[in-house]
Amino acid sequence: MSTTQATRKAPPVRPGDRVFAGLSTGAGILILVILAGVGIFLTAKGIPGILAKPDEVKSGQHFLPWVWPLVYGTLIAATIALLIAVPVAIGVALFISHYAPRRLGQIFGYLIDLLAAVPSVVYGLWGIQFLAPHMVPFYAWLNKHLSFIPFFGEPSATGRTILTACIVLAVMILPIMTAICREIFLQTPRLHEEAALALGATKWEMARLAIFPYARSGIVSAAMLGLGRALGETLAVAMVLSVTAGEVTANLIGSSNPSTIAANIALNFKESTGLSVNALIASGLVLFIITFLVNFAARALVERRSEFSGAN
Amino acid sequence: MAKSIDVADLNIYYGDFLAVEGVTIPIAARSVTAFIGPSGCGKSTFLRSLNRMHEVIRGARVEGKVLIDGQDLYADDMDPVNVRRMIGMVFQRPNPFPTMSIYDNVLAGQKLNSKRMKKAESDDVVERSLRSAGLWTEVKDRLDRPGSGLSGGQQQRLCIARAISVEPEILLMDEPCSALDPISTSVIEDLIHELKTQYTIVIVTHNMQQAARVSDETAFFNLSGVGKPGRLIEVGRTEAIFSNPQEPATEAYIQGRFG
Ligand SMILES: Nc1ncnc2c1ncn2[C@@H]1O[C@H](COP(=O)(O)OP(=O)(O)OP(=O)(O)O)[C@@H](O)[C@H]1O
Ligand SMILES: [Mg+2]
Repeated sequence: MSTTQATRKAPPVRPGDRVFAGLSTGAGILILVILAGVGIFLTAKGIPGILAKPDEVKSGQHFLPWVWPLVYGTLIAATIALLIAVPVAIGVALFISHYAPRRLGQIFGYLIDLLAAVPSVVYGLWGIQFLAPHMVPFYAWLNKHLSFIPFFGEPSATGRTILTACIVLAVMILPIMTAICREIFLQTPRLHEEAALALGATKWEMARLAIFPYARSGIVSAAMLGLGRALGETLAVAMVLSVTAGEVTANLIGSSNPSTIAANIALNFKESTGLSVNALIASGLVLFIITFLVNFAARALVERRSEFSGAN
Repeated sequence: MAKSIDVADLNIYYGDFLAVEGVTIPIAARSVTAFIGPSGCGKSTFLRSLNRMHEVIRGARVEGKVLIDGQDLYADDMDPVNVRRMIGMVFQRPNPFPTMSIYDNVLAGQKLNSKRMKKAESDDVVERSLRSAGLWTEVKDRLDRPGSGLSGGQQQRLCIARAISVEPEILLMDEPCSALDPISTSVIEDLIHELKTQYTIVIVTHNMQQAARVSDETAFFNLSGVGKPGRLIEVGRTEAIFSNPQEPATEAYIQGRFG
């Protein structure tokens, strides 16, 4: 019968759908292939570096004791940079999207986008030439009044400390995070904003009731992008931090801080040969894994309350 | 606690566009007033001006007077935030906060008033509000689930529960039933009947039968042409408006003889 035949016939496949499905699947696979390629390269080249004996590499240390301070430096720098940058980014984005008059907001947004395009070497120069010397008195003050907090130990005379590097990093990651947050804040459904306002919410309460919950996963994404840049930033950190191999210390304003993995690779790659190169690549593998774990954790965080995300 | 509303010669503008012109209407406390009229005649606009929600829209402003129990709504020392805490609003499209549980949705207004409440007390408010909104039995076992997981009609009743949980003086409802099935609609109409004893209610509706069923007073708005401002044509006792309208336009609209 015609009806059964009709149901049996496969639905028509439209060429546009097919092309697009192919393209997007291909792009997805490409990403995986690239990631796998990088991972395999790092592992293959890194393992000899991990296994190298102290007298075979430039650092003269086993891999773990050598890489640990760098991991510590990387995590500390990225974390503090993020802690500084996230609230500022959210605040600025909220100002642009909901507080500023529209014209001013547009101009502001444009300036922020411009800041995102400034190359990191410029931020590095700014860090060394301007920020570091200007931070010296502040660090002395911190040490004098807050030295009971282990972060504020003996201050550096040059101001070229991990905290200075963190501030430079924070400034660097600020524009991209602000830009993303602003876009998300602007997309808060009018319906939810009005729901809050009609209940008698002030602007700030509206932000808390309607904007932030809606933007939660987007804020996390913005923070992850910022964190990614902070973790991987080489030049600015390498320029600001004078010492390449400090020891692990809680003191953020001292003169001997561990560098970060990325900065360390950039500083040492040229003069390294043989197994020392492998050791540097192995440290790169460690960074790769850290980035992976952090992103994973962030996704899990967003996922945990996805029912409440407003996407359903 | 219900309050009366007195509107005198109110004009409402969106930028340069005069959307509503010269509305004068008294609304008694503890009554239900229905606004009817064709689409675009300014019912929502006028309703929003009653709790200053129009100020949320860029360029919107009013001229004229609105008195709430004799108090000037637009006086310089009137804080729109306080106004909205006193005058609740239910929107045409249900808008529970999707990131909050049903429980927290009901309490959202209370939290803004920064009332510190004990658990037992807030449980009580939630149950009372949800019961009033006719939603309690449907959600009492899943109060911790997101509000967005409810059906459209349930979401609308959740919004009503949220609006009445703070016990406002006046409740404004903009086509609250337009997305609901007849059963939910009748639940909400019953609710309006109940709430009338405590609140002053203003409801916008496109449903004549609904206006006839729930309201004490009916106001008919109309606009004379595209780009012209909406005006209040006639207001009176609902029975009178429906059985014996004074204006031919009202009669035409009610009988469905309208372009
Ligand atoms: N945000 C706005 N900006 C500019 N003009 C607006 C805005 N909202 C409404 N208007 C205009 O004001 C007039 C009245 O609109 P309003 O929404 O109050 O009508 P309504 O009577 O509620 O219609 P409906 O029954 O379709 O909901 C319309 O001409 C509309 O185009
Ligand atoms: Mg309307």
